[in-house]
Amino acid sequence: MVINVNRYKCGYCGACVSVCPMGAIELIETWIVVDDTCNNCGICSRLCPVGALEVST
Amino acid sequence: MKDRYDIIVVGAGPAGSTTAKTAASRGLDVLMIEKRQQIGDPVRCAEGVNKEYIRNFVRPDPAWISAEVKGSRIYAPNGKMVEMGEELSGVEVGYVLERKVFDRALAMEAAHAGAQVMVKTRASGLLTNNGYVTGIIAQHMGKSYDIKCDIVIGADGVESKIGRWAGIDTTIKPGGLCSCMQYLITDIDVDPDFCEFYLGNGIAPTGYIWVFPKGKNEANVGIGISGFLPKNQTVNDLLDDFVKKKYPKGKIIELIYGGVPACGTIERTVSNGLILVGDAARQSDPLTGGGIFNSIWAGDMAGKVAVKAIKSSDVSAEFLQEYERKWRAEIGKNIDTSLIVKNRFLTLSDDDMNTLADSLENMDLKTVSLLGLVWTLFKTNKKLLWDLRSIFKDIKEIKGVDFDDIENID
Repeated sequence: MVINVNRYKCGYCGACVSVCPMGAIELIETWIVVDDTCNNCGICSRLCPVGALEVST
Repeated sequence: MKDRYDIIVVGAGPAGSTTAKTAASRGLDVLMIEKRQQIGDPVRCAEGVNKEYIRNFVRPDPAWISAEVKGSRIYAPNGKMVEMGEELSGVEVGYVLERKVFDRALAMEAAHAGAQVMVKTRASGLLTNNGYVTGIIAQHMGKSYDIKCDIVIGADGVESKIGRWAGIDTTIKPGGLCSCMQYLITDIDVDPDFCEFYLGNGIAPTGYIWVFPKGKNEANVGIGISGFLPKNQTVNDLLDDFVKKKYPKGKIIELIYGGVPACGTIERTVSNGLILVGDAARQSDPLTGGGIFNSIWAGDMAGKVAVKAIKSSDVSAEFLQEYERKWRAEIGKNIDTSLIVKNRFLTLSDDDMNTLADSLENMDLKTVSLLGLVWTLFKTNKKLLWDLRSIFKDIKEIKGVDFDDIENID
């Protein structure tokens, strides 16, 4: 996993899930999981309303 | 829970509940699952809906109506206000709902019609056989269940996985997702008769800020942005800037986030044994972000087609095309128009927006629809809005608008 979800910021809205080109993100009840198909593109981090997703470098 | 149903609806929002109710009331054996413990919560919506449209499908109940508005007021960057009302302000004006109650009421209607409802139950995959979707893998309280059915209805919202699992590309491209945040603010002065929209590249680049009254002293104050912001800025920051200036003494009692599909129609929404509805099918309006009514409308269509398909023992993509054709002919057409308007408005400068607002000075827009407003703007600002001419080519009339000169736009 190369995307870090700050779960203290995340409001589990699912915006990130919809834009992931790899389908690597899933919203399970109230938490986000990122699987290993993540290609580190960072689109999700740019669209998160609250900046809860960070690409680790 | 049984191990087989006629249809399984994944997601108990307006699209899912309407599909479940429509199918169950016509005799189908329906299971509707919702991954959350509570239907309708947390809310991810500005809660505005056109009251005339919604009355076609749901009997209004004061329990889920927070406010009833007469129209909308749009504020240009220079503060110039354009008032639209009272009949047709677009799909998102009329009632301001209490979604927590509304969504639960729709789910109850589905249950009353005979659908089984299961909460805290999530689909983690699809069962397939011979190129057909034949059920779901469900997770409930730490256990996994295979549940079979003839048709799976993917009503699993903006974060939909059902379509992707069935091989339908539902990925929203950058620019196609409206990234939103909203506060419910109390102890403020609001005009309970109007929904307000604030435009400007300073306050909400590639989007707008809304103020939807929830009473005399409360409002949903939110922002939606469809482009990328600079890396060190979030919609949260922009909303806070607006709220501090506009409602310095307001008290925030609720905070919600949300992503709204504003991408326009996707390539397909059916597959063998599968139908997508609502946000999962990207059926929200790209311009207004409104999706409740489209979801209910599409859910009604999906439920009826599912009944027909199962009675005909044919759940192939070919048979389910009837749903695809129906929603595209009406909902899809509106979405296509809105997308053209959205794409043009996204690139307008603040000066352009001010020019447009100024051009509406002294015009009576009380009975003008959103499309009528766009036409009025187009007519007086052809150079600025020339890209919109394709919208009007196939349209013969717009309510409340003098349309005689439509032939002259080429």
